[in-house]
Amino acid sequence: MLTYFANPARFMRVSGVVLPYLVVATVLVLAVGLYQALVVAPPDYQQGGSVRIMFVHVPAAWMALLVYLVVAVASAVALVWRHPLAEIAAQAAAPLGAAFTLVCLVTGSLWGRPMWGTWWAWDARMTSVLVLFFLYLGYIALVNAFDDMGRGARAGSVLALVGVVNLPIIKFSVDWWNTLHQSGSVLRMGGPTIDVSMLVPLLIMAIGYLLLFKTLLLIRMRTALNERKARALRLSAPQLRAAAAPPDATPVLR
Amino acid sequence: MSGLANWAAMGGYAGFVWPAYAVALGVLGGIAAQSWRRYRVSIRELDRLQR
Repeated sequence: MLTYFANPARFMRVSGVVLPYLVVATVLVLAVGLYQALVVAPPDYQQGGSVRIMFVHVPAAWMALLVYLVVAVASAVALVWRHPLAEIAAQAAAPLGAAFTLVCLVTGSLWGRPMWGTWWAWDARMTSVLVLFFLYLGYIALVNAFDDMGRGARAGSVLALVGVVNLPIIKFSVDWWNTLHQSGSVLRMGGPTIDVSMLVPLLIMAIGYLLLFKTLLLIRMRTALNERKARALRLSAPQLRAAAAPPDATPVLR
Repeated sequence: MSGLANWAAMGGYAGFVWPAYAVALGVLGGIAAQSWRRYRVSIRELDRLQR
Protein backbone atom coordinates (compact mmCIF):
# COMPACT_ATOMS: atom_id res chain seq x y z
CA MET A 1 0.00 0.00 0.00
CA LEU A 2 2.88 2.32 0.85
CA THR A 3 4.47 1.83 -2.55
CA TYR A 4 1.07 2.33 -4.22
CA PHE A 5 0.69 5.82 -2.69
CA ALA A 6 4.38 6.61 -3.03
CA ASN A 7 3.88 7.67 -6.65
CA PRO A 8 3.68 11.52 -6.66
CA ALA A 9 1.02 11.67 -9.41
CA ARG A 10 -1.13 9.09 -7.61
CA PHE A 11 -0.56 10.88 -4.31
CA MET A 12 -1.82 14.16 -5.81
CA ARG A 13 -4.91 12.43 -7.18
CA VAL A 14 -5.82 10.53 -3.98
CA SER A 15 -4.98 13.38 -1.58
CA GLY A 16 -7.05 15.76 -3.71
CA VAL A 17 -10.09 13.56 -3.12
CA VAL A 18 -9.41 12.97 0.60
CA LEU A 19 -8.48 16.56 1.54
CA PRO A 20 -11.97 18.19 1.62
CA TYR A 21 -13.30 15.38 3.87
CA LEU A 22 -10.28 15.72 6.16
CA VAL A 23 -10.82 19.49 6.46
CA VAL A 24 -14.49 19.03 7.42
CA ALA A 25 -13.66 16.22 9.90
CA THR A 26 -10.89 18.32 11.49
CA VAL A 27 -13.15 21.35 12.00
CA LEU A 28 -16.00 19.25 13.40
CA VAL A 29 -13.88 17.19 15.80
CA LEU A 30 -11.97 20.23 17.07
CA ALA A 31 -15.25 22.13 17.59
CA VAL A 32 -16.72 19.23 19.59
CA GLY A 33 -13.45 18.82 21.49
CA LEU A 34 -13.28 22.50 22.44
CA TYR A 35 -16.91 22.45 23.60
CA GLN A 36 -16.23 19.34 25.68
CA ALA A 37 -13.00 20.81 27.09
CA LEU A 38 -14.32 24.26 27.96
CA VAL A 39 -17.95 23.54 28.88
CA VAL A 40 -18.68 19.86 29.54
CA ALA A 41 -15.55 18.68 31.41
CA PRO A 42 -15.79 19.33 35.18
CA PRO A 43 -13.17 21.31 37.11
CA ASP A 44 -10.64 19.15 38.91
CA TYR A 45 -11.13 18.70 42.66
CA GLN A 46 -7.52 19.82 43.29
CA GLN A 47 -6.57 21.95 40.27
CA GLY A 48 -9.94 23.64 39.72
CA GLY A 49 -10.47 25.33 36.35
CA SER A 50 -6.77 25.30 35.49
CA VAL A 51 -7.12 21.62 34.53
CA ARG A 52 -8.73 22.77 31.28
CA ILE A 53 -5.25 23.68 30.04
CA MET A 54 -4.63 19.92 29.93
CA PHE A 55 -6.95 19.59 26.90
CA VAL A 56 -4.69 21.73 24.71
CA HIS A 57 -1.39 20.85 26.40
CA VAL A 58 -1.40 17.03 26.55
CA PRO A 59 -2.53 16.35 22.93
CA ALA A 60 0.11 18.87 21.77
CA ALA A 61 2.75 16.89 23.69
CA TRP A 62 1.58 13.61 22.12
CA MET A 63 1.62 15.17 18.66
CA ALA A 64 5.09 16.64 19.22
CA LEU A 65 6.41 13.10 19.75
CA LEU A 66 4.31 11.45 17.05
CA VAL A 67 5.23 14.01 14.39
CA TYR A 68 8.91 13.60 15.20
CA LEU A 69 8.50 9.86 14.69
CA VAL A 70 6.87 10.60 11.30
CA VAL A 71 9.79 12.88 10.37
CA ALA A 72 12.32 10.23 11.44
CA VAL A 73 10.62 7.33 9.62
CA ALA A 74 10.15 9.41 6.46
CA SER A 75 13.80 10.51 6.71
CA ALA A 76 14.93 6.88 6.99
CA VAL A 77 12.85 5.92 3.94
CA ALA A 78 14.27 8.91 2.03
CA LEU A 79 17.83 7.99 2.97
CA VAL A 80 17.56 4.25 2.24
CA TRP A 81 15.24 4.19 -0.79
CA ARG A 82 15.86 7.79 -1.98
CA HIS A 83 12.13 8.27 -2.35
CA PRO A 84 11.25 11.92 -3.11
CA LEU A 85 7.80 11.69 -1.52
CA ALA A 86 9.30 10.52 1.80
CA GLU A 87 11.70 13.46 1.69
CA ILE A 88 8.80 15.83 1.02
CA ALA A 89 6.75 14.26 3.84
CA ALA A 90 9.56 14.74 6.37
CA GLN A 91 10.10 18.36 5.34
CA ALA A 92 6.35 19.08 5.37
CA ALA A 93 5.86 17.51 8.81
CA ALA A 94 8.76 19.21 10.63
CA PRO A 95 7.25 22.75 10.92
CA LEU A 96 3.99 21.16 12.13
CA GLY A 97 5.91 19.24 14.79
CA ALA A 98 7.68 22.43 15.83
CA ALA A 99 4.28 24.17 16.15
CA PHE A 100 2.86 21.38 18.34
CA THR A 101 5.99 21.41 20.49
CA LEU A 102 5.77 25.19 20.91
CA VAL A 103 2.12 24.87 21.97
CA CYS A 104 3.11 22.12 24.43
CA LEU A 105 5.90 24.24 25.96
CA VAL A 106 3.91 27.48 26.29
CA THR A 107 0.69 25.91 27.55
CA GLY A 108 2.72 23.77 29.96
CA SER A 109 4.35 26.89 31.30
CA LEU A 110 0.93 28.55 31.70
CA TRP A 111 -0.29 25.46 33.58
CA GLY A 112 2.84 25.17 35.69
CA ARG A 113 2.70 28.73 37.07
CA PRO A 114 -0.52 28.31 39.09
CA MET A 115 0.11 24.64 39.97
CA TRP A 116 3.84 24.53 40.72
CA GLY A 117 4.44 28.22 41.37
CA THR A 118 6.93 28.52 38.51
CA TRP A 119 6.80 29.15 34.76
CA TRP A 120 9.74 26.85 34.07
CA ALA A 121 11.99 24.31 35.75
CA TRP A 122 15.02 22.60 34.24
CA ASP A 123 13.65 19.15 35.02
CA ALA A 124 14.18 16.18 32.70
CA ARG A 125 10.74 16.25 31.03
CA MET A 126 10.64 19.97 30.26
CA THR A 127 14.28 20.14 29.20
CA SER A 128 13.97 17.12 26.88
CA VAL A 129 10.86 18.64 25.24
CA LEU A 130 12.79 21.89 24.77
CA VAL A 131 15.57 19.83 23.13
CA LEU A 132 12.90 18.33 20.84
CA PHE A 133 11.83 21.85 19.83
CA PHE A 134 15.45 22.73 19.00
CA LEU A 135 15.79 19.47 17.03
CA TYR A 136 12.81 20.52 14.90
CA LEU A 137 14.30 24.00 14.37
CA GLY A 138 17.71 22.49 13.61
CA TYR A 139 16.20 20.10 11.07
CA ILE A 140 14.31 22.92 9.31
CA ALA A 141 17.41 25.16 9.29
CA LEU A 142 19.68 22.36 8.02
CA VAL A 143 17.34 21.32 5.19
CA ASN A 144 17.23 24.93 3.97
CA ALA A 145 20.92 25.67 4.51
CA PHE A 146 22.21 24.14 1.25
CA ASP A 147 21.89 25.41 -2.32
CA ASP A 148 21.69 21.77 -3.38
CA MET A 149 18.26 20.60 -2.14
CA GLY A 150 19.33 16.94 -2.14
CA ARG A 151 22.31 17.58 0.15
CA GLY A 152 20.13 19.61 2.52
CA ALA A 153 17.54 16.84 2.65
CA ARG A 154 20.17 14.17 3.35
CA ALA A 155 21.82 16.22 6.12
CA GLY A 156 18.40 16.90 7.67
CA SER A 157 17.49 13.21 7.49
CA VAL A 158 20.65 12.24 9.38
CA LEU A 159 19.88 14.82 12.09
CA ALA A 160 16.28 13.58 12.33
CA LEU A 161 17.48 9.99 12.83
CA VAL A 162 20.04 10.98 15.46
CA GLY A 163 17.35 12.95 17.30
CA VAL A 164 15.14 9.85 17.72
CA VAL A 165 17.18 9.04 20.82
CA ASN A 166 15.38 11.95 22.50
CA LEU A 167 11.91 10.35 22.17
CA PRO A 168 12.30 7.61 24.82
CA ILE A 169 14.08 10.14 27.03
CA ILE A 170 11.00 12.40 26.87
CA LYS A 171 8.57 9.54 27.43
CA PHE A 172 10.38 7.90 30.34
CA SER A 173 12.04 10.99 31.87
CA VAL A 174 9.31 11.19 34.51
CA ASP A 175 10.02 7.57 35.53
CA TRP A 176 13.81 7.63 35.29
CA TRP A 177 14.36 10.90 37.15
CA ASN A 178 12.69 12.76 39.98
CA THR A 179 10.87 15.48 38.03
CA LEU A 180 8.56 18.34 38.90
CA HIS A 181 6.43 17.21 35.97
CA GLN A 182 3.90 14.53 36.92
CA SER A 183 4.15 11.02 35.51
CA GLY A 184 1.81 9.86 32.75
CA SER A 185 -1.85 9.35 33.59
CA VAL A 186 -3.23 8.19 30.21
CA LEU A 187 -0.55 6.32 28.22
CA ARG A 188 0.68 4.06 31.03
CA MET A 189 0.85 0.42 32.00
CA GLY A 190 -2.34 -0.56 33.82
CA GLY A 191 -4.57 1.88 31.92
CA PRO A 192 -5.48 5.53 32.43
CA THR A 193 -5.88 6.91 35.95
CA ILE A 194 -7.77 9.97 34.72
CA ASP A 195 -11.56 10.12 35.24
CA VAL A 196 -13.67 9.32 32.18
CA SER A 197 -15.34 12.78 32.31
CA MET A 198 -11.93 14.28 31.50
CA LEU A 199 -10.57 11.39 29.43
CA VAL A 200 -13.30 11.72 26.77
CA PRO A 201 -12.65 15.44 25.99
CA LEU A 202 -8.91 14.75 26.09
CA LEU A 203 -9.18 11.96 23.53
CA ILE A 204 -11.51 14.01 21.30
CA MET A 205 -8.99 16.87 21.33
CA ALA A 206 -6.19 14.39 20.59
CA ILE A 207 -8.13 13.06 17.58
CA GLY A 208 -8.76 16.66 16.49
CA TYR A 209 -5.03 17.46 16.68
CA LEU A 210 -4.23 14.26 14.77
CA LEU A 211 -6.72 15.17 12.02
CA LEU A 212 -5.30 18.70 11.91
CA PHE A 213 -1.82 17.26 11.45
CA LYS A 214 -2.95 14.93 8.65
CA THR A 215 -4.81 17.75 6.89
CA LEU A 216 -1.91 20.18 7.09
CA LEU A 217 0.59 17.47 6.13
CA LEU A 218 -1.36 16.72 2.94
CA ILE A 219 -1.68 20.45 2.14
CA ARG A 220 2.03 21.05 2.69
CA MET A 221 3.06 17.96 0.68
CA ARG A 222 0.81 19.02 -2.21
CA THR A 223 2.34 22.51 -2.00
CA ALA A 224 5.87 21.09 -2.14
CA LEU A 225 5.00 18.95 -5.18
CA ASN A 226 3.42 21.95 -6.92
CA GLU A 227 6.49 24.06 -6.18
CA ARG A 228 8.86 21.35 -7.50
CA LYS A 229 6.80 21.04 -10.67
CA ALA A 230 6.79 24.84 -11.10
CA ARG A 231 10.56 24.94 -10.61
CA ALA A 232 11.05 22.23 -13.24
CA LEU A 233 8.79 24.13 -15.67
CA ARG A 234 10.72 27.36 -15.07
CA LEU A 235 14.03 25.59 -15.70
CA SER A 236 12.81 23.86 -18.85
CA ALA A 237 11.10 26.96 -20.32
CA PRO A 238 14.26 28.52 -21.94
CA GLN A 239 15.21 25.14 -23.48
CA LEU A 240 11.69 24.69 -24.87
CA ARG A 241 11.76 28.22 -26.29
CA ALA A 242 15.16 27.56 -27.90
CA ALA A 243 13.92 24.30 -29.43
CA ALA A 244 10.80 26.02 -30.79
CA ALA A 245 12.71 28.98 -32.28
CA PRO A 246 13.33 29.06 -36.13
CA PRO A 247 16.81 27.90 -37.26
CA ASP A 248 17.92 31.41 -38.35
CA ALA A 249 17.31 32.67 -34.80
CA THR A 250 20.10 30.43 -33.47
CA PRO A 251 23.06 32.61 -32.46
CA VAL A 252 26.21 32.04 -34.52
CA LEU A 253 29.36 31.46 -32.52
CA ARG A 254 32.40 33.16 -34.01
CA MET B 1 -21.87 36.45 39.36
CA SER B 2 -23.79 35.41 36.27
CA GLY B 3 -23.36 31.92 34.82
CA LEU B 4 -21.36 33.15 31.82
CA ALA B 5 -19.04 35.34 33.88
CA ASN B 6 -18.57 32.48 36.32
CA TRP B 7 -17.63 30.15 33.48
CA ALA B 8 -15.29 32.72 31.92
CA ALA B 9 -13.53 33.16 35.27
CA MET B 10 -12.47 29.47 35.12
CA GLY B 11 -12.54 29.17 38.89
CA GLY B 12 -10.06 32.02 39.24
CA TYR B 13 -7.61 30.65 36.65
CA ALA B 14 -8.86 32.66 33.66
CA GLY B 15 -5.50 34.47 33.43
CA PHE B 16 -3.83 31.13 32.64
CA VAL B 17 -6.55 29.11 30.87
CA TRP B 18 -7.54 31.67 28.22
CA PRO B 19 -3.96 32.59 27.24
CA ALA B 20 -3.22 28.84 26.89
CA TYR B 21 -6.16 28.42 24.48
CA ALA B 22 -5.19 31.64 22.68
CA VAL B 23 -1.63 30.39 22.18
CA ALA B 24 -2.85 27.00 20.90
CA LEU B 25 -5.31 28.67 18.54
CA GLY B 26 -2.77 31.29 17.44
CA VAL B 27 0.11 28.90 16.75
CA LEU B 28 -1.92 26.09 15.15
CA GLY B 29 -4.29 28.49 13.37
CA GLY B 30 -1.29 30.49 12.19
CA ILE B 31 0.51 27.51 10.66
CA ALA B 32 -2.78 26.31 9.12
CA ALA B 33 -3.36 29.73 7.52
CA GLN B 34 0.26 29.94 6.31
CA SER B 35 0.07 26.41 4.84
CA TRP B 36 -3.22 27.16 3.06
CA ARG B 37 -2.00 30.52 1.67
CA ARG B 38 1.22 28.94 0.33
CA TYR B 39 -0.82 26.10 -1.18
CA ARG B 40 -3.09 28.56 -3.04
CA VAL B 41 -0.03 30.51 -4.28
CA SER B 42 1.58 27.27 -5.55
CA ILE B 43 -1.58 26.34 -7.47
CA ARG B 44 -1.81 29.81 -9.06
CA GLU B 45 1.90 29.77 -9.99
CA LEU B 46 1.62 26.30 -11.54
CA ASP B 47 -1.47 27.35 -13.52
CA ARG B 48 0.37 30.43 -14.81
CA LEU B 49 3.39 28.38 -15.93
CA GLN B 50 1.30 25.71 -17.59
CA ARG B 51 -0.74 28.21 -19.60
